[in-house]
Formats: sequence, structure tokens, C-alpha cells
Amino acid sequence: MNIGRRHTAKAFPWRRSLWIASLLTPALVVMVLFVLWPLLSAFRLAFYEFNGLQPTGFVGFENFRKVLFETPYSDWTYNALKHNIIAFVALMVFENGTAFLLAYALLKALPGHRIHQVIVFLPVVLSAVIVGFLWKLFLHPLFGLVNQTLALVGIGAIPWLGNESTALGSILFANIWHWLGFPTLVLLAGMQRVSKEVIEAARLDGAGDYVLMTRIIWPLIAPSVTIVTILTFIGSFNWFEIPYVMAGLTGSPGGATDVLGLYFYRTAFGSTTTGIQDFGQGSALAVMMFIIVAGVTAIALRYLRRREIEL
Amino acid sequence: MSRRRIGLALAAASFAWGLAAGVAHATDISFWTWRQEDKAAYNELFADFTKANPDIHVKFESFPDENYPTIVSTALAAGKGGDVIHTHAYGWLEQFVKAGYFEPQDMTTVPSLANQPADALVAGTYRADKKVYSLPFASQTLGLFINKDVFAKAGLTPPTTWDEFITVSKALKEKGIYPLANGMGTSWFNEMFVAIFTNPFLGQDFVSDLTSGKTTFKDPRYVAALGKLLELRDYMPPGFEGIDYETAGQLFISGKAAMLAGGSFDIATYRTQNPAINMDFIAPPMAKAGDTPQVTKFFDGGYAVNAKSANKEAALKLVNWMGTKEFGDKFSALLGNISPIKGVVIKDELLAHVAKLNETAMPHINVVYFRFEKPTGSELLQGDITKMMSGSITPDQLAADLTDGLAKWYKPFQGN
Repeated sequence: MNIGRRHTAKAFPWRRSLWIASLLTPALVVMVLFVLWPLLSAFRLAFYEFNGLQPTGFVGFENFRKVLFETPYSDWTYNALKHNIIAFVALMVFENGTAFLLAYALLKALPGHRIHQVIVFLPVVLSAVIVGFLWKLFLHPLFGLVNQTLALVGIGAIPWLGNESTALGSILFANIWHWLGFPTLVLLAGMQRVSKEVIEAARLDGAGDYVLMTRIIWPLIAPSVTIVTILTFIGSFNWFEIPYVMAGLTGSPGGATDVLGLYFYRTAFGSTTTGIQDFGQGSALAVMMFIIVAGVTAIALRYLRRREIEL
Repeated sequence: MSRRRIGLALAAASFAWGLAAGVAHATDISFWTWRQEDKAAYNELFADFTKANPDIHVKFESFPDENYPTIVSTALAAGKGGDVIHTHAYGWLEQFVKAGYFEPQDMTTVPSLANQPADALVAGTYRADKKVYSLPFASQTLGLFINKDVFAKAGLTPPTTWDEFITVSKALKEKGIYPLANGMGTSWFNEMFVAIFTNPFLGQDFVSDLTSGKTTFKDPRYVAALGKLLELRDYMPPGFEGIDYETAGQLFISGKAAMLAGGSFDIATYRTQNPAINMDFIAPPMAKAGDTPQVTKFFDGGYAVNAKSANKEAALKLVNWMGTKEFGDKFSALLGNISPIKGVVIKDELLAHVAKLNETAMPHINVVYFRFEKPTGSELLQGDITKMMSGSITPDQLAADLTDGLAKWYKPFQGN
């Protein structure tokens, strides 16, 4: 049979190519139509001025200049960018840090670890909109679960989402609650692939939990850490749903929760109550977001892969 | 089959053919709106229209408010969209008109434009060519809701001046009632909140000076009016920075709060949510006794015809009908909105009172004058007002940010 198939492939090489092409075409068409074309359109529109909702003329880098160097747009851009960076750092430290500890605890297979695994992962299956809405209710200044609980110990109403100093932290907390299960699962899978012999050898050498975690497991799960880091970075810079649901399109209060995703949407598509649409500036922001995400991801991947080998 | 049966079958078939032909000749047009909650009322209104115009059927199609501009602009750019489009007014409308998406309306195509007052028509007019593109549908009034039962129980009278407002608020607070239900958790309403309480301190002269380029928002009158807002913080609910407009409405209708700065667009909603509510809608506190009571008024939007509509004639016919007194009377009765159409009879007592207040109303300055270019006054004000109310910036800084931001496109502010 094999000989026959090889013979057919040799006799009709174009058939094999046709077969491969027919398998690739649907995916390619979808990619071109829904990924490549919108991406190239955004690139094109970023260089046009808009009068109303129609492009009126090529303006070169003018839209980029405005969002990067002209107030108040530049203030809004850097403010949003700052929050994306804060989100990335906070998620790396608090979400992924907790996920690492949780994964290690689950690895130890203590009694009840299976049910804990389910509980930790459960919020991940919920939609971001539901999570945002739920936490908005929990954090309500007057009727929310959090303030009601704090009231029992005499702490007055805290406007978690209305105060500039607590709003971003509250939204990050909701995000961590939502996504904690995902890095936990990825890191746990990485830990489970570490050879038992290595762990037992370390134990025999007298390694405690701290040494085991930092000297043995951490270096050996480097590929999982790379994946989690890259996904956290992409997620932080494309962050939209939870801030949108919990803080609205304007990133209230006073832009304290504004992120690039919200600022882009607001600029490109406007809002009934704030203003007009500007596809030119919006596209410039989208292009910048793409460059940041794609550029940093490429560099980080190179660095982290090299680090995996070194470790 | 007998001849009689064959005859009957043929007659039935001819009748059905006739019906089908009738249906095929009718024109189906669609009406796009963000007002999902008004579906029943509009369907009733459209049924009246079809009764008078049996050849035109109107389909109500609604979309989420937040995404409405995106949905409409995307559809219109593709040459699609509803035949008649419910639009917002002023700057929102202008960006669609600039793109050539709407059909101009004049006395030939929409004779009922004659029924509209001049200030309403401004809301639907493109500034560059002075043509009307959207027939105004309602004016909205911003003022102070009063829970009459709460006031009666507390033995207090609703305030008319700022000093009375402070005195009454202190008394309500001592009785464990939130004097003012509002918080700062809803950006779009925060802008209205500013308009409600600052307008009585600004007056028509300030508006004239501002729009004629004699002054800017850095004017001491505006800064002082903003400063008054800071006094309100003591009478808002605890954690007011995070309380949204919906919660404020619930505090008001449940009687936990005595007053609510709000819009006439919510009268019908509050009545539905609490049919037993005994409420009034009054002008916000005046600077001093003897001043003219000043609510804030703006026109919410209008009805535009899609320039690419395949049924333009039918669409214009519908829009024209929506400018008639017949439509306006029923519209106001069904939706609790104030139709701008001249001669409309408002039977509802509270709504009629609001219409009376409109006679001395101030315009919603940001919406009427400063939403035409980027950055809009709304973007700037909504961004800064929560900071000012939380104390992280001063009224002077807000006024400067607003002026400097608008100076990007509003020439009279440039160099000031």
C-alpha cells in the first residue's frame, strides 16, 4: 500500500500540492479577510485625516504626532500606557506569583487538591463581562459585599471604583480573581513534567520546600514561565473587557483606569456622550498597540527562550 | 371534483394572489434607534402611521446605546443601515452629515419642519450649509427631582435658593436621610450634574459672552460656580465617588434620598419602577432669592433619512409625519418626553410643569456648543470633574484644562 501511495505521489506531484493547497486555503482566506486585511486597513487609515466619518486626505505621521506629542491626546496616551504597564507588572507579581505558589501546593497533592484545582480554575470559564459585573456589585460603596463586610468591623463606605487611588487596584483584583486559574494550570502542568527522580534526589540532599521551589522547580519550568509571561504581556496590553464593564469607556474616575484598549475604542468609535469618532487617530493608536505587543513579544520570546537554555 | 368546487378553489386562489400582490407592493422601511425601551410606544405610533399610509410598513430595530455610533457609522459606510435613523444632535449628527450619510430635509420634502421652534432646528442643522438633516424629536430638561413624601415626613419644604438648599440638606442629613442621591460614578451624567448646579450661577449673560468669544471657561464666574459643587459633597451619600446614576435613582425612588439631580427623560422610568412615588421636578437652587429659576435644556436628537435608502420617499414621508402635532401629542403621552413640536398638548401634570420650566431654561453649554470637534468639551469635563470632586485638582485647574483643550479647535479660546 505504501509503495502504491508513494508511486501515485511521485507520478502526480501536482495532486499532493493541490491537496495541501485545498487544506490551507480556507484558513488562509479567513486569515487574510479577518486578520490581515483589517490590520493593513488600520495601517492605511492611520495616515489619513478624517472629516466626519470619511477619510479626506493623506497626512503622513500627523495622527501619530498628535497622539504622542500633542496635549491633551498625548497626556491621555501616556496615562493609558502607564496603566497597561502597571497592569502587566501587577499581574506578573500578584497573579502569576500566586499562581506559582498555588501550582506548587497542588503539585504536593495534599488532601482535597483535586477539588481545589477545580475551584481555582472555575472563574476562568466565566465571561469577563460577568466577572466585571459581579465585582462591580461586590465593590458597590453602599450595598456591595465588600463594604458590608468591612462595616461589621466599623470601616465606613469605601468607593473602591470611584476613588482614583483604589480604582485600578480593584479592577486588577477582579482580573486576577478571574484569570488566576489559567497560569496556575499552565505552571502546574510544567511542574508535573519535572522528573520525580530529580525532586527525590534534591530531597535526599536535604532540600526544603524553598530550595526545591527556587533551585529545582523554577528553572525546570522555564518554558511554562515563558508562555505565561508572554500571554500576560499580550493580555495586559489588549486589556479591555473588565475595565470597560467596571469603569466605563472613559476609564473613570478621571482616567484613573484608562488603558490603551479603552482609549483606542473611544477615539476610533466615539461615545454617545463624549464625542465624535476619529478613525485616523484611532488607527494610529491601534498601530502603536500592535507595534508594542508584536515588538516586545518578539524580543521577550528571544530573551526568554535563551534564558530557558541557560537555566 | 365538482365544477362548483373548482370555481371556489379558483376564487380562493385569485383572492390569495390579490393579497400577495398587495403585500408585494407595500414598502417596508426600517427605523434604527438606541431606544430599546421605547419599542412598544414606537410600534404603536408606527401602527398609526401605517393606518394613514397603508402602503408603508415601519420596522423598529434597536441597538445598544454604547455601541450605537459604531453600528450606525459602520452600516452607513457600507451603504446599508435603517431607512430612518434616530440620531443624537449637534456634534454627533455633524460627523455623519459631513460624510454625506444623511439626506437634507427642507420644506418641500418635510413640510412639518415648519412646526419646529428655531432652537430645536439648530440641534438638527449642519453648521456649514445651514440645512436641516435631522428632525428634532424631544427636548430634555435637567433639574432637581424632589421626593415629596420624604420632604413631607421630614416637615421640610423643597429649597429654591442655594442657602435654603444647604439648610434643608443639613436638616435632612440629621434625620438620617441622604439629602442628594447623586454620586460621581457615571461619567456621562457627571457632565449633566455640573450643568444642573452651575447654570443658575452662570446665567444667560455668561453663555452669550462665552459663545461670542468675550470670555472663556477661565472666567471667574465659571470657576466660582464650579466651587459651589464642592459644597455638595457633604450632602451626597457616603462613598459618593463610586455611586452611579442608576443607584442614585434607586436611592431616590426608594425614599432613602430626598433629592436627585436628574433629567426629565427619567420621569417615566421612575414612575414605572415605583408607581406609588410622589415626586416633583423643580429648578435647581438659584444663586439668590429673586433670580430666575433656571433648569438646563438641550435637544436630544432627531430623525434623519439615510441618503442611501432605497425607499427615500417613504422614509421622508415617515419623518414628515413624525413632525406633526398628531405624532407629537401621542409621543409625549406615551413616552413622557417633551416634543418640541409647536402646539403639542402635554396632558401629564408633571411633564407640563417641566415644559413650563423650559421657558426660562439655560442651554446645556457643552452639548450645544462644544461637541463639534476633538477634543470635545464633554471629553475634557468628564475626565476632570471626578478629580475636582475628589479634591485632586481645583476648579481653576478644571477651567484651565477645559479652555486649553477646546482652544485646539475653538478659535475664540485661542491665545486666552
